[in-house]
Amino acid sequence: MARGSKVGGTKKRVLDATGFLAVTVLFVLYMIPFILVLLNSFKHKRDIITNPFSLVTKKGYTLENYAKAFDKMDFLKAFGNSFLITGLSTLLVVVLASMAAYYFTRAKDGFSKVFFALMSASMIIPFQAIMIPLVSIYGAQLQVLNHRATLIFMHTGFAMSMSVFIYQGFIKSGIPISLEEAAYLDGCTKLQTFFQVVFPLLKPTTATLVILNVLAFWNDYLLPSLVLGKKNLYTLPLSTYLFYGTYSADYGVIMAALVLTVAPILILYLFLQKQIIDGVVAGAVKS
Amino acid sequence: MGTMGRKTGERIKNLCIFALPGCLVFGAVVIVPFLYGFYLTLTDWDGVRKVKNIVGFANYTAVFQDAGFWSSLGLTLKYVVISVVLVNAVAFLLAYALTNGLKGQNFFRTGFFTPNLIGGVVLGFIWQFVFSRVLVNFGESTGWGIFSSSWLADPNKAFWSLVIVTVWQLSGYMMLIYIAGFTGLSTDVLEAASIDGATGFQRMKSIILPLMVPSFVICLFFTLSRAFMVYDINLTLTGGEPYGTTKLVAMFVYEKAFTARNYGVGQAEALVLFIVVACISGLQIYLGKKKEVEA
Repeated sequence: MARGSKVGGTKKRVLDATGFLAVTVLFVLYMIPFILVLLNSFKHKRDIITNPFSLVTKKGYTLENYAKAFDKMDFLKAFGNSFLITGLSTLLVVVLASMAAYYFTRAKDGFSKVFFALMSASMIIPFQAIMIPLVSIYGAQLQVLNHRATLIFMHTGFAMSMSVFIYQGFIKSGIPISLEEAAYLDGCTKLQTFFQVVFPLLKPTTATLVILNVLAFWNDYLLPSLVLGKKNLYTLPLSTYLFYGTYSADYGVIMAALVLTVAPILILYLFLQKQIIDGVVAGAVKS
Repeated sequence: MGTMGRKTGERIKNLCIFALPGCLVFGAVVIVPFLYGFYLTLTDWDGVRKVKNIVGFANYTAVFQDAGFWSSLGLTLKYVVISVVLVNAVAFLLAYALTNGLKGQNFFRTGFFTPNLIGGVVLGFIWQFVFSRVLVNFGESTGWGIFSSSWLADPNKAFWSLVIVTVWQLSGYMMLIYIAGFTGLSTDVLEAASIDGATGFQRMKSIILPLMVPSFVICLFFTLSRAFMVYDINLTLTGGEPYGTTKLVAMFVYEKAFTARNYGVGQAEALVLFIVVACISGLQIYLGKKKEVEA
């Protein structure tokens, strides 16, 4: 028997080692595109064309690509636009969605039922089914395109349904009414009760929604491309797109631009891995 | 009436403070344009002129006669089916491998998820470099014919490069959801099965797979809707090329409206896309619920 279990142990170890090897090989394959971009962002064009894999270069490594990309894609401006638009949109979504979800859960009136049903149903509408009339209304009729505020307004509107839906589920199951009644009896207004008692209790859900919305707003291309037509308003994805079109033959500079574009979010990921992964899973499972 | 006020006046005040602002923004951005879209399909608007002429159902007739649209929709269906199957197969296997106490499994999970943090525009550009330069160079130095010319220049290979990038990106995301599913499985049941002599394959088929149905439903729903609406990667990886052979339906609709300035027909085609997506999602949720109850 002892011998048998030892054989079983070896078999398990062999299986584990095979699994580890398979996962490692796949992992390297998954990472290769990133590694190649990073490596070539430091190389001269000639060396990239000769051999994009090689660590040995004829002309050595350079930081020139970065200087050029940083300057030519107006990185600081685009980063600032992305930061402002993502930040304000996320703030607005979190405040407006939590308040609406709170009202929907506590006042089960006709208004709540109608809007909650509308929001739930709207989640299956593809963006493509809205974008054309959206441009027609906000562009041709209201003439408010080419403002960052318009994009913030639209981001907020599109993110509303999912955010309300997730908040509503949490408030319904996790926030006891008795707490609010106690605060109310202590003389708090409704608004005070919400921001001092209820909103702090929503923190885990708020964290999930901040992560989901920040990722979506930061990386969005299609909506910003329809709303922002002026270069000085461009977000990072827009300026990357424009830059790639202009410099597509200048590989080193392009690679540097791609690294610059993804760096902010990857640095954030380095510090907030667990929160981001938990948030993404919670968001997918709850909606 | 809950805690939102006992008197009607007070409740209306609370409604205006709490629910109205968010609902107005939502209505103005989602509901109004969606409804207005139906009206647009009845006009011949070109995006520039102030006047719109009502043309009745002419745009819908044009949709049915637009061979380009239907072949693009067909291509999208093919892309969706292949991508959904591959993404979920890879994600499921990864999740299975990374919940067995493998060394460094958290590191691997973090790494496989990384592509999902980056926007499709950038991912498409990264892979454009890989397909059009790196692999060609690799083909030249190894003499492997399959890489001798850029995949993006060949209609069939360009389609598969779209699939590869999609699988590369989404499998890490779906892996996380399957991992959450695996972690939620009761170890008692699995151990009991092992003691009863169930082999690995039997355990997978009769215990793990049925218990994972909720995870499958979430992942299928997610990959389906993502794949149907893919635009960014399509735009920056292939741009619909070569010869417009990889133009998925989202890009087709975009060009119909904004490039060809045919807003009415473009919007009618967008609505057809909406109906297709709604039917598939509805059917899939229905089947998932049914299966869940049976299991």
